[in-house]
Amino acid sequence: MLVAIAAVLGYPIVNLVELSLQQYGLFQLISHHGIYIGLANYSSIFGNSVFWHVLIRTVLFTAVNVGLTIGLGMLIALLLGRVSTWVKLMLTVALVLAWSTPPVVGVEIWQWMTNSQNGVLNYALTQLHIGNFFQHDWYTSTVSQYAMVTTLLVWGALPFVTITLYAALSQVPHELLEAAQLDGAGARRVFSAVTLPVIRPVLLILLSLSIIWDFGVFTQPFLLIGPSQQNPGNYLMSIYLYEEGYGQTNFGLGAAISIVMLLIVAVLSIFYVRAMVRMGDE
Amino acid sequence: MRRKRSARTGWNIVGIGVFLVMVFPVYWMIATAFKSDNQINSYTPTWFPTQLTLQHFRAALTPAFWSDVGNSLIVVLGTVVIALVLSFFAAAALARYRFGGRKLVIVLVIGIQMLPQTGLLIPLFVLLSRYHEVNKLSGLVLVYLTFALPFCVWTLRGFMIAIPEELEEAAMVDGASRLGAFVRILLPLIAPGLVATSVFTFITSWNEFLFAYTLLGTGHTYTITIWLAELTGGQRAIDWGAVMAASTMISIPVVVFFLLVQRRIAYGLTAGAVKG
Repeated sequence: MLVAIAAVLGYPIVNLVELSLQQYGLFQLISHHGIYIGLANYSSIFGNSVFWHVLIRTVLFTAVNVGLTIGLGMLIALLLGRVSTWVKLMLTVALVLAWSTPPVVGVEIWQWMTNSQNGVLNYALTQLHIGNFFQHDWYTSTVSQYAMVTTLLVWGALPFVTITLYAALSQVPHELLEAAQLDGAGARRVFSAVTLPVIRPVLLILLSLSIIWDFGVFTQPFLLIGPSQQNPGNYLMSIYLYEEGYGQTNFGLGAAISIVMLLIVAVLSIFYVRAMVRMGDE
Repeated sequence: MRRKRSARTGWNIVGIGVFLVMVFPVYWMIATAFKSDNQINSYTPTWFPTQLTLQHFRAALTPAFWSDVGNSLIVVLGTVVIALVLSFFAAAALARYRFGGRKLVIVLVIGIQMLPQTGLLIPLFVLLSRYHEVNKLSGLVLVYLTFALPFCVWTLRGFMIAIPEELEEAAMVDGASRLGAFVRILLPLIAPGLVATSVFTFITSWNEFLFAYTLLGTGHTYTITIWLAELTGGQRAIDWGAVMAASTMISIPVVVFFLLVQRRIAYGLTAGAVKG
């Protein structure tokens, strides 16, 4: 049984490495035999400026999304501890509703709210005198496209982060908080000296999970920007992988991109694993 | 005392602001689903719809909707049942036996969870086409199992470790076999864990887009997420009322199941990572 499960889980990885060393297109897909070409797939990825642009764009996108999600999540979690019970209940309901909205449904709602003809976003921004957004199309420039994707992703990711952080915050002993206050520490000092060390493990886990999710996100940017609007000038890593590997039926190249992507994510989450190990030693 | 109360009022106002921002997209979906076409298509939005109509729900419930809901149900239920059976025994083995390679399996289980699923698109596609499972619902079940099993095994293992082994030993002293002890003692005791993992598997498979899109994309069998995405994918004028009505209906099972196990999912995602 366990050998079977290890095989089910491990086989795709072995298969992936093998594929990345092969020329594997439609013909090879039918004949089931790839042609070994060594590291040619990798050199064609690293030799192309598209990859480097995609990498920089994805890292920036991930940094902004993770920063906003964790930052806002922390603020709302702290807020949950300060509001009356009925407001807390309302907030919890809103968070659970946002959390349980299927990603594709979220995309549909965003398309409806941000459409240029009669989207509620353009109307609200114009009414609030932020500018004239009458028939403004948010999906013409890459930055504006990803601003919309970011609002959708942060909205969807906030509930999990907030509720987890709130649970962590409730683990902070009241005596410690009161003692710090009695010793004359301000709110900011109490947070950095008492609260933060207690919730650090949870914060690190959330950080690494968010990095992994945002770095590899596919459904929301692919659908919100639109399958036909994807081009090398606005790819994220996972969409680049999809278009080059699956779209162009160049599976060997796609496998090589997958491995590069998986290695980057592994490196990004290593600092978290190391931090966990170090804390275990103390 | 008065200062404290006014501070509380200030936080409450901020809290209500956050509530409005978070809940608005969901409210807007439901409100649009019940509005008349005139109200939907006007530039000035109707914040609180007055003349409610069910016409958009009727428009959304096409034969294609029902057949794709059927496909989704086949895939989701197939995944849930197989994942539960396999992960119960795998988790029992991990929780109760010590054996060579046990560490390796645990590392694999956690490792797979940490990887972006897009990274497995290419090898899984090639693998499934080798066994002629592309454009078939059974192929999609196999893919979803790859993602569901690590979470299910890991969560169930956590539940099993909390149950004292002496209970099964007592059953075995009374004449039950090892398997009998698992099925008669362990299985009923971890029922909450089974509910949590099956609901989690249900939600993730019901919501999944990328693999359904690529593995079923060239055929005529779609799942419900593909059907929904195709509604706004074309060049034709979009019937927003029908799209929002369909979105509402597709979200309902997820929200209902989610409410059942929300706490456990949050716990499982973080707690499993802390305790080795």
